[in-house]
Amino acid sequence: MKLCRVLGTVVSTVKHPTYVGRKLLVVQPVDESGKANGSSSLAVDTVQAGEGDLVLVMVEGNGVRQIFRREGVAGDHLPIRSLIVGIVDAVEA
Amino acid sequence: MYLGRVIGSVVAERKLEGLRGIKLLLVTPLDHAMASAGEPHVAVDTVQAGEGDLVYLVGSREACLALEDTFVAVDAAIVGIVDEVDARSLK
Repeated sequence: MKLCRVLGTVVSTVKHPTYVGRKLLVVQPVDESGKANGSSSLAVDTVQAGEGDLVLVMVEGNGVRQIFRREGVAGDHLPIRSLIVGIVDAVEA
Repeated sequence: MYLGRVIGSVVAERKLEGLRGIKLLLVTPLDHAMASAGEPHVAVDTVQAGEGDLVYLVGSREACLALEDTFVAVDAAIVGIVDEVDARSLK
């Protein structure tokens, strides 16, 4: 999983049915000291994260499908690859 | 997933069965500040996007899950048209 800082939100009306009702956030990968490390990308939120939060982002579709399957969402038509799966309280490095 | 700008379309007459009738667009990946974040590439469209639209895409294996038939040879799919990005860069 990647350590990322939430930079903000993406608003969209026309979208694939999978994304309806889901919060899409802009996340910036950071290193252990909190410095930006690579280009920002997008991730679907599952933990009510907000702007400025340090989060854990899983970038792996199979894991995403397993999580959604637990919630009763079928995985066959789930074009989601990145998911925010935790809010980080502290990093010791 | 990532942001991108549609910069054109691609027409291919001879292609694999699963790609028949699927719209192909040329997209350049962007970050939240609209700076380039990679090389332009071809993506399938699932939301009727057009040239100039700011969109978001999903890549790799998950791209074909955006299509009706989920075992198609694609590695990038446009899954949304962006109305607004509200994000500030790290200081």
